[in-house]
Amino acid sequence: MAVPPIESTAAVHVAKPVEERQSVVIRFAGDSGDGMQVAGMQFTNETALAGNDLSTLPDFPAEIRAPAGTLAGVSGFQLNFSSREIFTPGDDLDVLVAMNPAALKVNIGDLRHNGILIVDTESFNEQNLKKAEYKSNPLGDGSLDRFQLFPVDISRLTAVTLKDMNLSARTVGRCKNFFALGLTSWLFHRPVEPTIKWIRARFQKTPELAEANTKVLKAGYNFGETTEVFAASYDVKPARIQPGTYRNITGNSALAIGFVAAARQAGLPLFLGSYPITPASDILHELATYKNFGVTTFQAEDEIAGVGAALGAAFGGAVGITTTSGPGMCLKAETVNLAVSVELPIVIADIQRGGPSTGLPTKTEQADLLMALYGRNSDSPVPIIAAATPADCFFAALEAVRIAVKYMTPVILLSDGYLANGAEPWLIPKAADLPEFKVTFRSDPNGFYPYLRDETTLSRPWVVPGTANMEHRIGGLEKEYLSGNVSYAPANHEQMVRVRARKVAGIAAEMPPTEVHGAPEGELLVIGWGSTYGSIAAAVRGVQLQGKSVSQVHLRYLNPLPADLGDVIARFKKVLVPEMNMGQLVKVLRAEYLVNAIGLNKIQGLPFKVSEITARINRMLEA
Amino acid sequence: MSTAVASPKLTRKDFVSDQDVRWCPGCGDYAILAQVQKVMPELGVAREQTVFISGIGCSSRFPYYMNTYGFHSIHGRAPAIATGLKASRPDLSVWVVTGDGDALSIGGNHLIHALRRNLDINILLFNNRIYGLTKGQYSPTSEQGKITKSTPLGSVDYPFSPISLALGADASFVARTIDVEAKHLQEIVRRAHEHRGTSFVEILQNCNIFNDGAFAALTEKDTKADTQLVLEHGKPLVFGKNRDQGIRMRGHALEVVQLGSGVTESDLIVHDEQDPVLAFLLGQMAPPKFPTPIGIFRTVNRPTYESILSNQIRAAKQRQGDGDLDELLRRGDTWTVA
Repeated sequence: MAVPPIESTAAVHVAKPVEERQSVVIRFAGDSGDGMQVAGMQFTNETALAGNDLSTLPDFPAEIRAPAGTLAGVSGFQLNFSSREIFTPGDDLDVLVAMNPAALKVNIGDLRHNGILIVDTESFNEQNLKKAEYKSNPLGDGSLDRFQLFPVDISRLTAVTLKDMNLSARTVGRCKNFFALGLTSWLFHRPVEPTIKWIRARFQKTPELAEANTKVLKAGYNFGETTEVFAASYDVKPARIQPGTYRNITGNSALAIGFVAAARQAGLPLFLGSYPITPASDILHELATYKNFGVTTFQAEDEIAGVGAALGAAFGGAVGITTTSGPGMCLKAETVNLAVSVELPIVIADIQRGGPSTGLPTKTEQADLLMALYGRNSDSPVPIIAAATPADCFFAALEAVRIAVKYMTPVILLSDGYLANGAEPWLIPKAADLPEFKVTFRSDPNGFYPYLRDETTLSRPWVVPGTANMEHRIGGLEKEYLSGNVSYAPANHEQMVRVRARKVAGIAAEMPPTEVHGAPEGELLVIGWGSTYGSIAAAVRGVQLQGKSVSQVHLRYLNPLPADLGDVIARFKKVLVPEMNMGQLVKVLRAEYLVNAIGLNKIQGLPFKVSEITARINRMLEA
Repeated sequence: MSTAVASPKLTRKDFVSDQDVRWCPGCGDYAILAQVQKVMPELGVAREQTVFISGIGCSSRFPYYMNTYGFHSIHGRAPAIATGLKASRPDLSVWVVTGDGDALSIGGNHLIHALRRNLDINILLFNNRIYGLTKGQYSPTSEQGKITKSTPLGSVDYPFSPISLALGADASFVARTIDVEAKHLQEIVRRAHEHRGTSFVEILQNCNIFNDGAFAALTEKDTKADTQLVLEHGKPLVFGKNRDQGIRMRGHALEVVQLGSGVTESDLIVHDEQDPVLAFLLGQMAPPKFPTPIGIFRTVNRPTYESILSNQIRAAKQRQGDGDLDELLRRGDTWTVA
């Protein structure tokens, strides 16, 4: 095959027939060193700029470089884009790009019948086939007949494109992801200019790599257009979405920005104490670049010191936060309990992952709810809020900080690996429109007691060191109700346990009424929390369109629960609670409301498919 | 927050809180508390600018008795909490009070990391070589073979030397003093405060209930001159009732020598607070072969963590300007839907 000439892609002229599609689910899969995450993210960027609604799901191994070519080393990036509103990264794939036999084997089961399958033919050699445990070459044995197979010699075409550049074979090999990206960009009419811009910035210090990747990207694009491999290309029209300025954002990035915004709204400096842990580390990385916002990031010696330093900073008057995942939550429990006792505001962001123990570091799960609720010694109430989508992490961070400083309490914010790395378009808010919750430290010594409580919120005054004539001591020993002096008196202890519980329970009073998507009463209510929002919303809407009686409630507040939730539940005959755990929220709802709620549980390190929830909803409606 | 200048009229009483002190009668902690309260007014720091942070254990009750800001936290974690406070509030004078179990056992990790980071905080480690609050188990500084409730046949563990540990963590200020040596203790606390960086002070402290007399040889009037080696910068290492014994270098080791009969003070090591090798050798000195050194083993200047941090923040603000939230929200590729 001749290599097509490199042309500008600035003006998209498509000679071949164009088919219109409403939505497309595409997955890039290859070796963890093949740059599939980069290809996927750039395709996402191009798609965002093309005006589609989108949702992404990166899926990569825990090992940075698992043995090349093996099944364990396969890394994938899935993107669903549409001309309509979408909620999830998609169930079945319309397009699979497989850079080697292992990637094919791991992912082919998700490709729908007659789906587009693009493979790098050169990688289907004897050695790679063996590593992928193929007995015969699937490209030639008829096993892929139910798909539209497009064998493209991506590796060789990349090499030919770069033959005059005098690059090492290794460097050339690392450019091939851009060939795949260029080709798929052509296939779906994505503009490649944003990627060229990105390449230029990314390889600023190594212009020859910038040139090589750009060349290969364009070669891939032109290959699609010029050769006769593809008979048609596909167009997905822009989605009709709310007017405004958008950006694409991941959950971790939204959390980082959300915390910066929250500290600004509180009028306080932001202090992050954190220990690196997957999938939370990116929040630390990002916040470390925001020093000019007065952000202090402290990489602690361990998880305990991370939250300890956050608590120390809160004592001094900062918005103290810590970011972690399940194993880190276990270690932080004692300090969170101290924060409950001394009633200082900190936010603990738990980016949940599969467990127990080290579990599945890079895979998602939402199984830390009961730990967040009860994973501390004694009666230790902590407000818990959960983010529902990647962009929603921004507002969850604001709300967590707002509650923490208003009620003088630690707040646990639950996100998860899927939200952390998944991305969606975000209608960028204006700073001026964000809720304000400016903090004023108490400095009036008249009538001051360290545990004097606000009549409405029951929170104690925040007095920071440096304030004259208000020197006082706090600690983890039980305190006398008002003075805060150490007290072991029996009745006082009960009073303190109860007032701490009342304070947190009281937050429910200011929550907005629970939003019910669908009719306010009926046959079935599907209740979820956290990252299952998209799958549940898509499933519920789908069933609603068939005229069936199903509604959705998605909980932002897990503790306390909304005051009206019991009434909302009572208006439905049945309750379904899909969760990526063994059934944690369902347990809480059953205990709290004596309702026969039924769980739908998936514990595979992967989000729910819409079809999985749809099937269960239909079963429950038929029963 | 402004750094208020302490009124010169402050006295010891101003630093005494209204709480009843609840250590066992005769505990060495009383003496330490009294001396710290006495030194505080002389440091020129306002009461409200002073914060005492502790972990768990007998010593960790200390903050309740100081009329300053205080935080009685959880076991071993005081250095972590102090780090967060000092890093975000460099204007405060931050003190950590801890014990041998709190600092060296459950909190060992936080201690060494605080020392290497070198925030300008002061760590007072009360070492009584026993667990007092939990009623008498051996501690990480108990001598090997120690018979306690948890080690009826004698402890098997080899003990830490807190000084060696601190030096090993490259602490910028390492000192030792004794609860009953009032003047010495005051001086060391003062020097610890003056030092810019993390000051580590081991205070040998008698637990008269569970480990009475652990340092008796060091503190008894008739023996202490022979068992204490008082370190003074620029002075030869001389000790003994008659000031007739000294410490000399022999090869790569130290030895005790009798002055006279050919050995003079000029043969002895002259203490140098900035010599890391000497500090290590002194940190290893222990009875019965050697006297116990007290004083400052090492003090060196190294930039503090919070000063480097503030510089980074200042430089970032200079380079990028004060953060603009709207600009941050709109970073990266954006697109507008009409």
